[in-house]
Amino acid sequence: MSSGLPRPGVHFMMGNFACVEAAILAGCRFFAGYPITPSSEIFERACVRFPQVGGIAVEMEDEMASVAALIGAAYAGAKAMTATSGPGFSLMMENIGLAFIMEAPIVIVNVQRAGPSTGIPTLIGQGDVMQARWGSHGDIETVVYSPSSVQEFFDLTIKAFNTAERLRTPVIVLADQLVGLMWEKVVIPTAEDVEVVERKIMDPRLLSTRPPFDYSVDVNPMPIVGTGCRVNIDSLTHDERGYPTTSQEISDKMLRYLLGKIRNHARELWMYKEFMTDDAEVVVVAYGSTARSSLNAIKQARARGIKAGLLQLITLWPFPSDVIERLSQRVNALVVPEINFGQLVHPVREYAKCPVINVNWAPGSLIEPHVILDAVEVAAA
Amino acid sequence: MTQVVKAQRHPRDSLLRSERLPHIWCPGCGIGIVMAAYADAIEASGIPPEKHVCISGIGCTGRVSGYMRLDSFHTTHGRAIAFATGLSLVRPDLEVTVISGDGDICTIGGNHLIHAARRNVDINVIMVNNFNYGMTGGQHGGTTPLGAKTYTSPYGNFEAPFNMPYLVAAAGASFVARWTTLHVRQLINAIKRMMSVEGFAFIEVISPCPPTFGEFNNFPEAIDMMEYFRKYSVVDHNADLSKIDIRLQGEPLVVGNFVDRRRPSYQELVQETIRKASGRGESV
Ligand SMILES: Cc1ncc(C[n+]2csc(CCOP(=O)(O)OP(=O)(O)O)c2C)c(N)n1
Ligand code: SF4
Ligand SMILES: [Mg+2]
Repeated sequence: MSSGLPRPGVHFMMGNFACVEAAILAGCRFFAGYPITPSSEIFERACVRFPQVGGIAVEMEDEMASVAALIGAAYAGAKAMTATSGPGFSLMMENIGLAFIMEAPIVIVNVQRAGPSTGIPTLIGQGDVMQARWGSHGDIETVVYSPSSVQEFFDLTIKAFNTAERLRTPVIVLADQLVGLMWEKVVIPTAEDVEVVERKIMDPRLLSTRPPFDYSVDVNPMPIVGTGCRVNIDSLTHDERGYPTTSQEISDKMLRYLLGKIRNHARELWMYKEFMTDDAEVVVVAYGSTARSSLNAIKQARARGIKAGLLQLITLWPFPSDVIERLSQRVNALVVPEINFGQLVHPVREYAKCPVINVNWAPGSLIEPHVILDAVEVAAA
Repeated sequence: MTQVVKAQRHPRDSLLRSERLPHIWCPGCGIGIVMAAYADAIEASGIPPEKHVCISGIGCTGRVSGYMRLDSFHTTHGRAIAFATGLSLVRPDLEVTVISGDGDICTIGGNHLIHAARRNVDINVIMVNNFNYGMTGGQHGGTTPLGAKTYTSPYGNFEAPFNMPYLVAAAGASFVARWTTLHVRQLINAIKRMMSVEGFAFIEVISPCPPTFGEFNNFPEAIDMMEYFRKYSVVDHNADLSKIDIRLQGEPLVVGNFVDRRRPSYQELVQETIRKASGRGESV
């Protein structure tokens, strides 16, 4: 009988499939979803693979229900995930806020597609960058990772679960149609070689001496149902006992604690890759699939004698402000290509100490390298 | 001489977060009766409190979970049933009860309700029907009777309401009942019964809301609505569910335990799928 775990070694695999295998290795055993292009392969493969490892994969009636079910599953002790794209991501916003205030470690994968509303379901876009950060009301923080290859999609899915568990907060993997549907080489490690963070669980005996929500600590352990904690978990602003309050003082404490979990750990969360930046005078700042055409563009620029480099941002939120600030002090210009009409360029501009040129490309296809190259040439001139 | 009398503890105190009293509900509100009935049913169920989970959405009724000394969750408006589905799939051994209002369960959350009933998710849902959105000050919703006056139906409600037991039974629930806050004993028994049903169990509890519904619909005091319940309620467990809609016009208010049937629960079927699949992971 097979363990059901993915076979270690080199595979040729679709990004959406790699995401599921990574989730299994990260310990995820609960998937609730609603089909949507171009993410459905994640859901479909979860329905095949999760039961093989004793996990649950179910179809809900919509994406609001999916995220609600994840939070319930998380409080029942499971690692839980869903996958979606644009319209579904919009429907998830309310309960992403719920996961944030309830401190539920869940993972949401968004395989971005093109355009607003129903847009172009089958084609690529990067229009959900701001929504992933600001889409849910009332001042929240999210952790958002953006893969540019199948291997990164695999690695970042594991990372997302580990971050969610460590900080007890929702984490978003912001992929895109190209990374999701592309087949590529991926190396799957053995289960023993995968670093898996396990959740800190509330010991009910401690609750006689400490409140369930101690806002002076870094991250509180999580009370799990059925263990005798009998704690109230509330969507309303709540005090250290978990009871609703309208006190501004407690509201301030609670929010600083919740936001602080991410803000105080920002530096550990930042992931990025640099290519040829050592002597670069112009650096392209890109993420997701756009990093691939950007790499090609800077190589072409080098061939033309321009000292160009690439900063690939993997963590989009919390925004790696220092990384931009540091880099921008030793280059002449930054070029920010995106498959949208200007999103991540805004925080780049906020922190950059040099001119920032945005390259915007209508959702629907990958940005062609020559378009980025043109901007690099203008920046270098 | 003054005598210090030690207040007696209520027998259900251990199930309530009594340190949170006084609660937020208005004088004459029926929600407290439902909460007390739930506590009595927990006691009578023989299932230890740490194995009960109480989940609510948003609204006056949504506050019940936070007053219960259980593993409790006060979620988002309409989403309690979806939340409960995820939770109970992972821990099918726990007794999961959703308590929330008519707006929450029937209107904004109506899609989750019918799908949970269709799937026969083994959870209990207690919907307190006060015919309006109490928390937000009295607007009409999916259960407001025709002609009723609310702040968003100032000339009389022109939308036909749902007949809830008919709807939920048609959707496939294993257990369906309707009682009023006057039928406390029957309500406790029905809640206790739903805790042993393996499948989706639903109770509609008709309840007074004097300030935001009663006031404008000839039930200004709680007693007026209770009097109506006394006068017009008819217990009929075998009622034709298609004929039990509520108009509040002096027609029979049919109550009872209407449906109690057995078919495989969602949790059982999900577990069966895992059994079918496990070991088949030759895979990738
Ligand atoms: C998404 C969303 N929309 C609207 C509201 C505002 N709201 C809070 S409670 C409520 C209605 C509650 O009515 P019901 O479920 O019948 O509960 P009751 O107060 O009558 O017990 C509404 C509309 C909200 N909290 N969330
Ligand atoms: S408004 Fe109505 S439902 Fe809300 S507490 Fe008052 S009486 Fe109860
Ligand atoms: Mg109501």
